[in-house]
Amino acid sequence: MATLGELERAVMDLLWQSDSEDPAEIALTANALRDRLARKTASSPDGKELAVTTVLTVLSRLEKKGLVQRERDIRPHRYRAVTSREEHTVELMNEVLGSAPDREAVLAKFIGSVSEQEAETLRKLLTA
Amino acid sequence: MFWASYLLAAMAVILAWPVPVLLARAKWTARAPVTALVLWQAIALAGGLSMIGAMLTWGLEPLGENLLAGLQGLAGLLVSYAPAPGLDLIHVFALSAALLLGVHLVFTLLLTYYRIRKQRNKHRDLLNLLSSPVKNSPKTLVISHPAPVAYCLPGGAGSVTVLSEGLLELLRPEELEAVLNHERAHLNQRHDLLLWAFAAWRSALPWLPTSQLAQRAVNELIEMLADDGALRTANRETLIRAVAVVASGERPSGVGAPAKELLTPEESEALSTAHRLHRLLSPSPPLGKPAQALVLGCSALLLAVPTVLLLAPGLAAG
Repeated sequence: MATLGELERAVMDLLWQSDSEDPAEIALTANALRDRLARKTASSPDGKELAVTTVLTVLSRLEKKGLVQRERDIRPHRYRAVTSREEHTVELMNEVLGSAPDREAVLAKFIGSVSEQEAETLRKLLTA
Repeated sequence: MFWASYLLAAMAVILAWPVPVLLARAKWTARAPVTALVLWQAIALAGGLSMIGAMLTWGLEPLGENLLAGLQGLAGLLVSYAPAPGLDLIHVFALSAALLLGVHLVFTLLLTYYRIRKQRNKHRDLLNLLSSPVKNSPKTLVISHPAPVAYCLPGGAGSVTVLSEGLLELLRPEELEAVLNHERAHLNQRHDLLLWAFAAWRSALPWLPTSQLAQRAVNELIEMLADDGALRTANRETLIRAVAVVASGERPSGVGAPAKELLTPEESEALSTAHRLHRLLSPSPPLGKPAQALVLGCSALLLAVPTVLLLAPGLAAG
């Protein structure tokens, strides 16, 4: 059985995918997600059925994290990704490249910030 | 006991300003990063100890010859509720200030730990959704982004090294290996603990030259240590090339300069790459054993002096 983290990832991938493929199908129900997940993992060796309740658990975790939005006006509720994969990547990279006060303590970058002048010097170094 | 508090105050001032300024300028630190890191930690610890100790001994002066006697006297006072001869408002003020500073330092340390951990967890959550693992390279993730970036996200068992697709395109396999070993050295040597302590030191006393200089110096020194770690398996030219390629490729002309707007002037000033590259390009021999021993001895002395000043007065006199 896949871990919760892997399922979160798979669910987000499906939501992001449907977002870009079919504008009418931006939001999906838990059942639809379960079917798609089952189809994806049909060839997996353990062959266990994925329960809708598991999918709902994953969705509520994702909702709590602010990644998924629930549309409550019709039942069954439909779920959609709050922002696209690309926007999340930009957000993540901003954390890495940006200048948040604690950034240096949060993660250690191979190369810190480089000035244009220094980069120029380095390019010369490389071509020399 | 007055003289002890004045000596402690003098020590606090010296450790807050001239000593860190001199050490930040010193050239030998690049030749002995580990020893230099020990010295920086001793300066920070001894500085904090003397700051708090100066106020504490001064405030306790009417109650006892040294810290223990003074604290005993204070406890006795609080229990018996008796009036204290000689304990004026100004002494109480000094004691309260010492207590406040002590609590502030410990609290900031904890708060910084909590804040850093929260940010790391959030970052890791997003990474788990957006990145894909690298085959044959455990705890290594690739994120789809054109800017060449490599970094490590510490966090015990959840530590990961992250590479961008831009970096994978730019670097040759042996350079990539050097980058990975550099990041692994950060993780294996637990540099995150140093970064945490000095980030906390800085947020606790942001206006002190020592805390700013210390944080910058420590950031630089751990990069040097990680470079040394990478050099154990990679050859020097490969690592230099990796550093130069990643640093100059940070704003490749074709990708619309994603990093430029994110760079603040302060950051540009606080470059660490220049020193690092210089060290790699023209390596000096490690600092000699006697010199290293001398520095380590000084570090021990730095911690011993305030401790003695706190505890010893009155003991010799009986």
